[in-house]
Amino acid sequence: MTNRYLSIEQVDMTFHTKGGASNVLKGIDLSVARGEYISIIGHSGCGKSTLLNIIAGLTESTSGAVILDGKEVNAPGPDRSVVFQNHSLLPWLTVYENVALAVNKTCARTKSKAERHAWILKNLEMVGMSHALDKRPAEISGGMKQRVGIARALAMEPKVLLLDEPFGALDALTRAHLQEEVMRIQDELGNTVIMITHDVDEAVLLSDRIVMLTNGPSARIGEVLDIDLPRPRNRITLADDPAYNRYRQEVLRFLYEKQRKVERLAERRDNPQPTKARA
Amino acid sequence: MSVSSSTDSPRRPLPGWSPNLHRLRGTLIHNVLPPAIIIAVLGAIWEILCSSPGAALPPPSQVISDTWELIVNPFYDYGGNDKGMGWQILASLERVAYGYLLAVVAGISLGVLVGQSTWAMRGLDPVFQVLRTVPPLAWLPISLAGFQDSTPSAIFVIFITAIWPIIINTSVGVRNIPEDYRNVARVLRLNGAEYFTRIMLPAAAPYIFSGLRIGVGLSWLAIVAAEMLIGGVGIGFFIWDAWNASMISDIVLALIYVGIVGFFLDRMVAYIGNRVTRGTAKG
Repeated sequence: MTNRYLSIEQVDMTFHTKGGASNVLKGIDLSVARGEYISIIGHSGCGKSTLLNIIAGLTESTSGAVILDGKEVNAPGPDRSVVFQNHSLLPWLTVYENVALAVNKTCARTKSKAERHAWILKNLEMVGMSHALDKRPAEISGGMKQRVGIARALAMEPKVLLLDEPFGALDALTRAHLQEEVMRIQDELGNTVIMITHDVDEAVLLSDRIVMLTNGPSARIGEVLDIDLPRPRNRITLADDPAYNRYRQEVLRFLYEKQRKVERLAERRDNPQPTKARA
Repeated sequence: MSVSSSTDSPRRPLPGWSPNLHRLRGTLIHNVLPPAIIIAVLGAIWEILCSSPGAALPPPSQVISDTWELIVNPFYDYGGNDKGMGWQILASLERVAYGYLLAVVAGISLGVLVGQSTWAMRGLDPVFQVLRTVPPLAWLPISLAGFQDSTPSAIFVIFITAIWPIIINTSVGVRNIPEDYRNVARVLRLNGAEYFTRIMLPAAAPYIFSGLRIGVGLSWLAIVAAEMLIGGVGIGFFIWDAWNASMISDIVLALIYVGIVGFFLDRMVAYIGNRVTRGTAKG
């Protein structure tokens, strides 16, 4: 890779818990070019979300470094905006206000008030949400919430857009629809994207490269697969495409033959439920 | 259940009834009639029980005739403590307002501190847990000793009674702010003040308001007892004074006033809470 826009270098992650230390990620090395769409795929619990959080700066890696555009990442920031799995819109703000919060915070110096207003509207229009500006998150569907989440992330004009299983909580039809929207937006804006997913079709359809993680603990990059399919891609014509199916098969083989998931119930940790207070 | 909502029922409104009137009639029947019937029945039982000669307490008919002056003229002022019920209630409400508002400000601030800082929680929580079990009136002598005056002492008792549920609920609300909202704030790089106003307060608002509602109820409970001891104008001392003068009917009337005012205080805070936290439910 000649253009190392984002590079992840020898990232290790060890969590220290009461039960002792658990090594989640081991020696992750990855270079991403500007404008590249990368998917990180792996079984649940392998640490792919942890990796995304490290890139976002939300979690600090135990060792190693993340370098974006020549600068080391050590805190979260709007240059690496995240689309969270559960949309994470603020329920007390309207659709417009949710995006406005991000835009007014990140573009306060670069844009005038009128420009910011236009920019908010433009981003919401791009995801097809112009009709619901004054609705609150509770009043719109799950797919729409995720659209707003994407608009909020895009509106920050990030250097890297981080998608944490963005379509995981959606039904199949909505998911397909949103995947196409993301492809269209990606063609239009040429963003650098890193997407976490466990959906093989989604990874092959959207990505330029698929990074496959081995099972944890101590997950490593098992294989990297270049997806050399012309864009724009169409899921219906690709369904009969031998190259597409070969890529799919390779990912499936990695996930279900080389890295078969063995459920270990004993390792599941119980999360204490937050308790409500009464006085 | 077939009569529960008149708006979407396929039945046509009665001729001569506009839909609005029709709906109003529905509300009256469904919300006003049941409590009215229950109150009438309870009043009748009370009347029967206390009508026998030699009954210790007056029946409702006698309460009304005894206190008719007080009922029809709530805002007379003959100087000193001899004031109408309206003034008595307002004097109590004024003390509650001061004490409660102080408790709101201090309680939310301390609650945020305890909710945000693990160290503050470890240090302060045991202190709060012990102090909040002290009954309101037990604070009165020590505050009289401290303030050397009855009015600030009463206000302090209200303050110290109302503050605990506010602190505790606020701190739980702050601690329960979903990690996602914190992450959004971190990605946006919100500063402390922005985080406080844009994320923390709205996210914790349902908890804060449940604390505020408990607090206002406790304040009103405490004011009556505190005023009995400090004297002066106020509904609490009015009750005590009536007891000393053996005017049982006045006490009954005062209790009804206290109950109704307490009910409205609770509803008021609940209403404000509903307005403010509208939309903070999980989206």
